[in-house]
Amino acid sequence: MKLWLPFAASAGALLTIASFVGAGWDAPPVASEQIGFRGTGMVHHRDIESEAALRQANVVPQAPWQADPAGDKAGTLYQNVQVLGDLSDDQFNQFMASITEWVAPETGCNYCHNPENMASDEIYQKVVARRMIQMTQAINVDWKPHVAETGVTCYTCHRGKHIPAAIWSASLEPKPAGNMTQNRQGQNVVADYAGKSSLPQNALMDYLLGDQPIRVHSTTALPTGTNHAGTKETEHTWALMMHMSESLGVNCVTCHNSRAFNDWDQSPPQRVTAWHGIKMARYLNTNYMEGLTPVFPANRKGPEGDVLKIGCATCHNGVQKPLYGVSMLKDYVAAMTVKGSTEVPDFTTYVPGKTQVLGGPPPTQ
Amino acid sequence: MTQYQNIITPIQISGPIEEGMPLPRGDGKRTGKPFFVRLFGMIGNAQIGPIYLGYLGTLSLVFGFIAFEIIGLNMFASVGWNPIEFVRQLFWLGLEPPAAKYGLKVLPPLAEGGWWLMAGFFLTLSVLLWWVRVYRRARQLEMGTHVAWAFASAIWLFLVLGFIRPLLMGNFSEAVPFGIFPHLDWTAAFSIRYGNLYYNPFHCLSIVFLYGSVLLFAMHGATILAVGKYGGERELEQITDRGTASERAALFWRWTMGFNATMESIHRWAWWFAILTPLTGGIGILLTGTVVDNWYLWGVNHGLVSPLPAMWPGVVDPAQGGAP
Repeated sequence: MKLWLPFAASAGALLTIASFVGAGWDAPPVASEQIGFRGTGMVHHRDIESEAALRQANVVPQAPWQADPAGDKAGTLYQNVQVLGDLSDDQFNQFMASITEWVAPETGCNYCHNPENMASDEIYQKVVARRMIQMTQAINVDWKPHVAETGVTCYTCHRGKHIPAAIWSASLEPKPAGNMTQNRQGQNVVADYAGKSSLPQNALMDYLLGDQPIRVHSTTALPTGTNHAGTKETEHTWALMMHMSESLGVNCVTCHNSRAFNDWDQSPPQRVTAWHGIKMARYLNTNYMEGLTPVFPANRKGPEGDVLKIGCATCHNGVQKPLYGVSMLKDYVAAMTVKGSTEVPDFTTYVPGKTQVLGGPPPTQ
Repeated sequence: MTQYQNIITPIQISGPIEEGMPLPRGDGKRTGKPFFVRLFGMIGNAQIGPIYLGYLGTLSLVFGFIAFEIIGLNMFASVGWNPIEFVRQLFWLGLEPPAAKYGLKVLPPLAEGGWWLMAGFFLTLSVLLWWVRVYRRARQLEMGTHVAWAFASAIWLFLVLGFIRPLLMGNFSEAVPFGIFPHLDWTAAFSIRYGNLYYNPFHCLSIVFLYGSVLLFAMHGATILAVGKYGGERELEQITDRGTASERAALFWRWTMGFNATMESIHRWAWWFAILTPLTGGIGILLTGTVVDNWYLWGVNHGLVSPLPAMWPGVVDPAQGGAP
């Protein structure tokens, strides 16, 4: 009896299946921590190896020096300082040195500035950077229910790169053939922003840009005819939840008791923080990112031509508390924890290479 | 010499081909010239064919093929006819039912769910014709129709999911999409939307019968293999004799757990457990959204949910005022 044949065939089949579905598994060892009442399955699992890599990738950079708050204000010393004018000269230069390290460590000052005329707004990156500084200040001042006293800096998202690694934009690929074939209703392909599931690809558009209702549950046991959300709407909500889960490296029970996902009375406090986070991401995308659309060149936009947008992963980068909860604010109190001017210039008037001053008072010559 | 008999059938008979009894007038002929396949002989009967197709079987296969093509080609179209993406994303691809706004419209635009309805129609037709065929073939062999009724139980669940419940809900958007991951996502989303199917008592029953079926199948299969060296697979001819494989198998269970099924009744156990799995499951699905909108809260009202201590008393819904 040739027994090797079925055995070889099964071994081959198993190997194929293992290599097919095995990619991306959390291999042991896994650290498990009970976070809810016993027997509810509320356990947070962490993959020790990937956690070690994450810890290395999420280290806060040191400030270049301790800034002296005394001395003349930057707004009087330099021209066209619209948002950071209240910083002392030393604070201003220390922050400029830091933002260079955070956003353009290789290209340096010239990434935003014309070295011939540092005050000029002709390089679009400078206009964007100014708006982003306003945004960071607004986050630290207005969104404490989400960022608490830890706050954020440019580095929280940029991590030494011009464009933060985890951004999102309209995702339509691969495009359906059209005509009379099914349009697949925005789902049923690998969804990059929904944990690579087959859930709706553009759920973030609905919730982190638009404000469609996220809640799908009925709050009564029996139907009342008032809840029109069905399984399709639930899949959209679920796609958002997958995005949050992947962005923070957490599972459902970090925020929910999964036996009753909607019930706040059984939810850990992290759910409240996350609720504010959803609102915050939506606010930032509608008030800051969308408005900058005319400033960005085509190669800095998404494949569908929309502006790159902020999601949970943009700051979190796979970690429940960005940069493992280490605050950088103490070194940048004047630049990042108070609001400078909140004036919004008319970005549609911006002409790259030409516009010398966008918004703010005209330069005093 | 000891023989390893647990994975394959070691002894194969190769003799003259078995043609089967002649068919009555009015029935078509069995088709295909029978032949032997040694590999099949290891897991079942080595003789392949002849097969009785008839007009029911032929139509069923044709309609099934139409449904398969509608689903497959629409999946292909959903990645813009890109063969690489079609293979790479095959498990992700699907065919979605129409949106809720189309309600029960018989044929919404093809691009927006029309194809789903057509695929569902042809697949249902195919499955129902195959059921009639199973029934008719059983009568023709003067058997009972147990297989047909077991199959009907599965068809019941299939129709509840894709047709009967959507009818009651008033729109086809509540039905299951075709596709590997899409239908699994639908299943989980369905449970989430309707407050956790875990607290649906018919879901409980269905799981009991499903896991029970597995247990019974394991017990029966293991028992028969275990008495294989006494010819245990020749179940019925041994029933009345002493010292046979059949008697040993019965004694094994009576001595192990005090009670034993018989060679006949074990199959009745298996049949009912299998039938009741989709039957109860279908009832559970049918009640969801139509009669009960949140199974967790229904469970709270009916003492099904164990109360938990308040772990985080400070947590309140931030949308309930107070928050920005």
